[in-house]
Amino acid sequence: MSSEGELRDLYQELILDHGRRPRNFSPMPDASAKAEGFNPLCGDRVTVFVKTEGERIGAVSFQGSGCAISTASASLMTERLKGMTRTEAQGLLDRFHAMVISEPGKPLPADLGKLEVLGGVREFPMRVKCATLAWHALKSALEQGGGTVSTE
Amino acid sequence: MSALLDVKREFPILAQSARGKPLVYLDSAATTQKPRAVLEALRRYYEEDNANVHRAVHLLSERATKAYEGAREKVAAFLNAPSIREIVFTRGTTEAINLVAHTFGRTRVGAGDEVLVTHLEHHSNIVPWQMLCQSKGAALKVVPVLDNGELDLAVLDRLLGPKTKLLALGHVSNALGTINPVRDIVAKAKAKGIPVLIDGAQAVPHLKVDVQALGCDFYAFSGHKLYGPTGIGALWAKAEHLDAMPPWQGGGDMIASVRFEETLYNVPPAKFEAGTPDISGAVGLGAAIDWLTALGLDRVEAHEKALLEKGTALLSAVPGLTLVGTARHKAGVLSFTMEGIHPHDIGTVLDRQGIAIRTGHHCAQPLMERFGVAATARASLGVYNTEADLEVLAKGLTKVREMFA
Repeated sequence: MSSEGELRDLYQELILDHGRRPRNFSPMPDASAKAEGFNPLCGDRVTVFVKTEGERIGAVSFQGSGCAISTASASLMTERLKGMTRTEAQGLLDRFHAMVISEPGKPLPADLGKLEVLGGVREFPMRVKCATLAWHALKSALEQGGGTVSTE
Repeated sequence: MSALLDVKREFPILAQSARGKPLVYLDSAATTQKPRAVLEALRRYYEEDNANVHRAVHLLSERATKAYEGAREKVAAFLNAPSIREIVFTRGTTEAINLVAHTFGRTRVGAGDEVLVTHLEHHSNIVPWQMLCQSKGAALKVVPVLDNGELDLAVLDRLLGPKTKLLALGHVSNALGTINPVRDIVAKAKAKGIPVLIDGAQAVPHLKVDVQALGCDFYAFSGHKLYGPTGIGALWAKAEHLDAMPPWQGGGDMIASVRFEETLYNVPPAKFEAGTPDISGAVGLGAAIDWLTALGLDRVEAHEKALLEKGTALLSAVPGLTLVGTARHKAGVLSFTMEGIHPHDIGTVLDRQGIAIRTGHHCAQPLMERFGVAATARASLGVYNTEADLEVLAKGLTKVREMFA
């Protein structure tokens, strides 16, 4: 694929839209867990807030500053997680991670829905950490109940 | 006559395409590319002279030792050091600073003392001092930076106090390009009897350095930012300091004699060069110094000044672009942000047009925080850059805007 095509593949309209106008972009004072993701390579930080109701995720939001890829990834992640059980969220996290580190051109893991737009990052290995930043934070919030995680 | 140099063809790596476009390399502040003269010197060393130094009596060892020590002479002449005994080879600037922190620092800095750095510093001139201060119960003090990227010299004056045991500052800022008035600053510190270390990593490739004229105590730089290989750099230190400083790493070459009861150390600079050194690296560094000296640092300065002016004008004309660092005296660094567009996205879009710039915090997180940004995009210049490179960059940035507007 041409450089031009790969760029358009990376910065699809959906990503640009979520990058510019992230959804669920707010702090959550009554969160049951929050965790910060930090990418020491670029200095970007994102905090993910999760409110659980029993086994189910009632609400997810995030805050922070990042590039179009990390912001869109966080935004799309929060949209998708609402209402999922912890187990479902873990499964989604695993599939998302499998997607971004897979070989370009290989079929994408099933059932990623809108998150498939982030598959373009496979052509940009230096940007995989941008796409996974919020997901690292989510994992920490769900598993350890918070703290700061680093992409390194 | 044009102030511009025309040496791109001496750099084989720059002849290639990147992402299907001619490569435009604008990341020399991270590392420079190497001229054929340096690559040739490395090849010749390994094909003809390779042996360990300072050890055997055979022909190759004699040649390798001569090549290694010859490189030391070149470094000494390059910095106008009074003696070659004052040149210690290190892995680079970072190791040189750590060496000083672990030896000079450990013997001179105690509880309640202060080490003074500036807000412009690279992490390599912050963290070693922070570690030293923490272990000694000393305080790290910081000279603030003004909005244009220059140091606040009035505050610097006040911070140079009776508790200050060392001032460590960069000659040229890697993130903003600010050229600090180091000669004046050193004079202020010396008037109060305070030793000064200068991180010259970003200065030596761009301007003539004379450590005697500067009057500092330590000067550190890296070979790879000077068109030489990675893994080699040097520390210049006044002989009186090197004599008084305890050794840092122990091993071969740094000793005069070893017994289990007692080891006697070698004299400087060997005292600070434990183990087999990076011989080929030193040879390559020597070749880089020869190459750059033959080109003429005054011409390099004029070339980069002309390009910086051109680049500043081109970038200032890009809508929504803000230059970060507009000091009156600057080396060839153009650090910038673009409204609503993250530096990483700028970097990726430029990369796909064959343009290599750096995006991120440039190992200067406190400085980024000072300017209220997590990161900047940075185009930095070298001897091989041309006006055309900057035009390609400006065009590339227009594309970035189109994509994210």
